[in-house]
Amino acid sequence: MFDTAVVIETVVKAVIVVAVIAALAGFATFIERKVLAFMQRRLGPMHVGPYGLLQLAADGIKLFTKEDIIPQNAVKPIFMIAPVIAATTAFVAMAAVPYFPEFTLFGYTIHPIISDINVALLYVMGVASVGIYGPLLAGMSSANKWSLLGAARAVVQMLSFEVVSGLSVLAPIMMIGSLSLIDINDAQTGGIGDWLIWKQPLAFVLFAIAGFMETNRAPFDTVEFEAEIVAGYATEYSGMRWGLFFIGEYANMITISVLVSILFMGGYNAFWFIPGGLMMLLKVSFWIFLFLWVRAAWPHVRPDQLMWVCWKVLMPLSVVNILITGFALL
Amino acid sequence: MELKDFKRRDIGSAYIFLNTEATPTDGWQAFKRFVKRTIKGELFVGLWIVLREMIRFDIHTLQYPLEKIEMSPRYRAIHRLLRLFESGSERCIGCGLCEKICISNCIRMDTHVDEKSRKVVSEYSINFGRCIFCGYCAEVCPELAIVHGAEYENAGEQRAHFGLKEDMLTPLDTFKAKHQKEFQGFGALSANADENIKQTPLAY
Repeated sequence: MFDTAVVIETVVKAVIVVAVIAALAGFATFIERKVLAFMQRRLGPMHVGPYGLLQLAADGIKLFTKEDIIPQNAVKPIFMIAPVIAATTAFVAMAAVPYFPEFTLFGYTIHPIISDINVALLYVMGVASVGIYGPLLAGMSSANKWSLLGAARAVVQMLSFEVVSGLSVLAPIMMIGSLSLIDINDAQTGGIGDWLIWKQPLAFVLFAIAGFMETNRAPFDTVEFEAEIVAGYATEYSGMRWGLFFIGEYANMITISVLVSILFMGGYNAFWFIPGGLMMLLKVSFWIFLFLWVRAAWPHVRPDQLMWVCWKVLMPLSVVNILITGFALL
Repeated sequence: MELKDFKRRDIGSAYIFLNTEATPTDGWQAFKRFVKRTIKGELFVGLWIVLREMIRFDIHTLQYPLEKIEMSPRYRAIHRLLRLFESGSERCIGCGLCEKICISNCIRMDTHVDEKSRKVVSEYSINFGRCIFCGYCAEVCPELAIVHGAEYENAGEQRAHFGLKEDMLTPLDTFKAKHQKEFQGFGALSANADENIKQTPLAY
């Protein structure tokens, strides 16, 4: 049924993606601390290694060796499995995401995507939404009021932004006629003018806002806002279980950055003299930077403001956007 | 003014009201305010400010154990006993004024008259656990013998922490290398005082 070569290739790709993204997620925490520090006229981590680069290793060792505390009244199995859900869904979502244009290595053509399924976009967004079970179960099983509030907020946020992200992405799909991320990428081959951001500016903005909500990043970090609910759903977690939540969050950030780059910003098409792979790296780096930049600049919104803006502003706008796109296509 | 003037709660005319934006009364006005705030670009002003600070890279961090701030001459930290520049002998004449004026009673000194019938200080100690670094001793000293240094890293293991004469007195080799710093005088400005001048809030 399956070619052995295909199976091996897929397994190798999956391992590489998980390893690279997990490492990048760790590195992103370092970058975040540095960027936030620079924006606040600080230096950030400086003492471990040159310019604090080995802070990453120090944090990793700390997380791995720290005691894994499970509160007495917590629902143990759920409490223990919740961070795993958060991390795995973040990685599983990457199975259908293409990162680079295909290239040839030792005479063997490699497609840098684990599985090119025809409903890739639906799959990615669906799996990323399942990721909300991580915070939800963690908060409900922790036997802690901050955690419970965090879980409640996670559900509230999820219900609000999912509609917006789904509807906003519908308009570009209508124009391209395919859910496969490779088809979406191939539809924007003709340079910067072909980027969907020019044809669907409103959808781009809406999807970006929904992306910020999906990754729980400021200004929509209601789920784990320190000043209000301590660490939200992660209050009772320590050690590597807490680390899994963190890796999941950063892996989600990378997924959203890749998605926005492919959907609206020309994906991995070569631009002028810059090869496609480098273009993709640049775009994803910019989006990661934007996540940090926004966190340094903007205050966060209240949960009720978040729901208000989702249901009363963003959702009607996305419906109007679909209508206009529909009429234009007719 | 009488007591009833102070008790008046109705001071409507005394308040200066700011010219703030009116609170929206109905949904349409609230929506208009929302649109105005969204389009106004205040969010992007915020983005620009943090990016500008990142590009300027005007870092205010002092990496403490490696870099230290230059203390002002006015700073009152661990005391120093100085030597005379001409002869290198101790400045202290054993008058006992510092011991007398010390409000936390932490200075003790023993004196005797030596063979040249000069009064010399045989023991001098300050209990830094009690010292409140008020600076009276340095202020009262007629010979500028006891002054405050800039040594502020003075954590101790016990409440009583005595600084003895040999701890505070300028060592002879330091003195011979001409490293004894003269006390700048009360209210002296630091060397980099010009750099530290800032506009008062009234100016901006």
